[in-house]
Amino acid sequence: MRLSASDLTCRRGGREVFAGLNFSLGSGEAVTIRGRNGAGKSSLLRMVVGLTRVAAGRLILEGGDPEMTLGEQVHYLGHQDALKPSLSVGENLRFWAGFFGAAAADIGAPLAAVGLEELIDLPAAYLSAGQRRRLSIARLLAVKRPIWLLDEPTSTLDTAAQQQLGEFMRAHLAGGGLIMAATHGALGLDNAQELTLDRKSALQTLEALP
Amino acid sequence: MNPLAAILVRDMRIAVRVGGGALIGVLFFLVVVTLTPFALGPDIALLARIGPAILWLAALLASLLALDRLFAGDHEDGSLDLILTGRAPLELIVAAKGLAHWLTTGLPLIIAAPLIGLLLDLDGRAEAALVLTFLVGTPALTFIGLIGAAIAVTLRRGGLLLAVLVLPLTVPVLIFGVAAANAAVIGPVPFGTPFTVLCALTLASLVVGPFAAAAALRQEME
Repeated sequence: MRLSASDLTCRRGGREVFAGLNFSLGSGEAVTIRGRNGAGKSSLLRMVVGLTRVAAGRLILEGGDPEMTLGEQVHYLGHQDALKPSLSVGENLRFWAGFFGAAAADIGAPLAAVGLEELIDLPAAYLSAGQRRRLSIARLLAVKRPIWLLDEPTSTLDTAAQQQLGEFMRAHLAGGGLIMAATHGALGLDNAQELTLDRKSALQTLEALP
Repeated sequence: MNPLAAILVRDMRIAVRVGGGALIGVLFFLVVVTLTPFALGPDIALLARIGPAILWLAALLASLLALDRLFAGDHEDGSLDLILTGRAPLELIVAAKGLAHWLTTGLPLIIAAPLIGLLLDLDGRAEAALVLTFLVGTPALTFIGLIGAAIAVTLRRGGLLLAVLVLPLTVPVLIFGVAAANAAVIGPVPFGTPFTVLCALTLASLVVGPFAAAAALRQEME
């Protein structure tokens, strides 16, 4: 499986965020996306998900399931946790597992992996920010999808949980998965490519302002 | 589990939990109808004559109440992004959410209507007709409302815009719903004539609503 982009351009609100972006990512490979605030890291991930329009260029997935769109083969871990405060930890995870059609909706193992199995009946409203993030990560473990798109995955996680996330990512890569992660810190992946988004075009727009 | 069943079960759970909108609609309905006799005075003949219209107006406003949170909640917490990465077509997901909304706000109105009809001195025949028009007409209110809810999804105070957008579209449903209920009591038109039109309006909204709402959502998510 190979995900590649050629001459990818992103426009948000009439402003060019990045242009002429190329990358190629094969099975078992990871790429960390770096860049200043507003450089388009999140926009790039949302573009792969299919939530932001590709202004120019192409995104190609080779070797994926031809029956499915690119967006249907990715796990997107965004800034928002997509949890309902009035539902319990177990109900939240069971919903996403069921919605994504997990064959065996066994949520015990993923919850145990992120260390939330004792809170299974607690309403998500009472979770801390880090626990909410861990519950979102459990979603990636509960349903198998080949491409992980992680937007600042380590924010709000404590050191132990960050290391744990590193292990999940290494296991995913070892199983032939792909990872794209936007981050400012270290992810604990040894041989990840780096993709740096510069803001040349964006800065020019800013300087042109009176 | 089927993705649509998962959405349906989740939305119904959220609606009946604390902060959900399930009981708000039916309570609002009861309050509005209860206030009417106080405003109009104890003229039983008048109340019985305008009773169906009052009940229909109250039901229309009550079904709008929880509607603005239908997609806005999922948009704000990022659920909508993930729903779009699912394999189920957005049109069917919108329809499943509409069904969940109707089961938690429309159905309680239908159950409460006969009880509250007593306050307006409706006889058995009028109540039966009214319940029948509610059963057929309230799904149309929800599914027309889906369109407004989808258009207002990114707005912070979408509720007001929603009412302005949706209420004009519900006028035909209101006209034929009240006409059918009145026809059963007063005549001279047979009950079947306006009732058939009401059925047609509902069927059309069941088809058009999800497609229009899904198109609006896709546009908003850009």
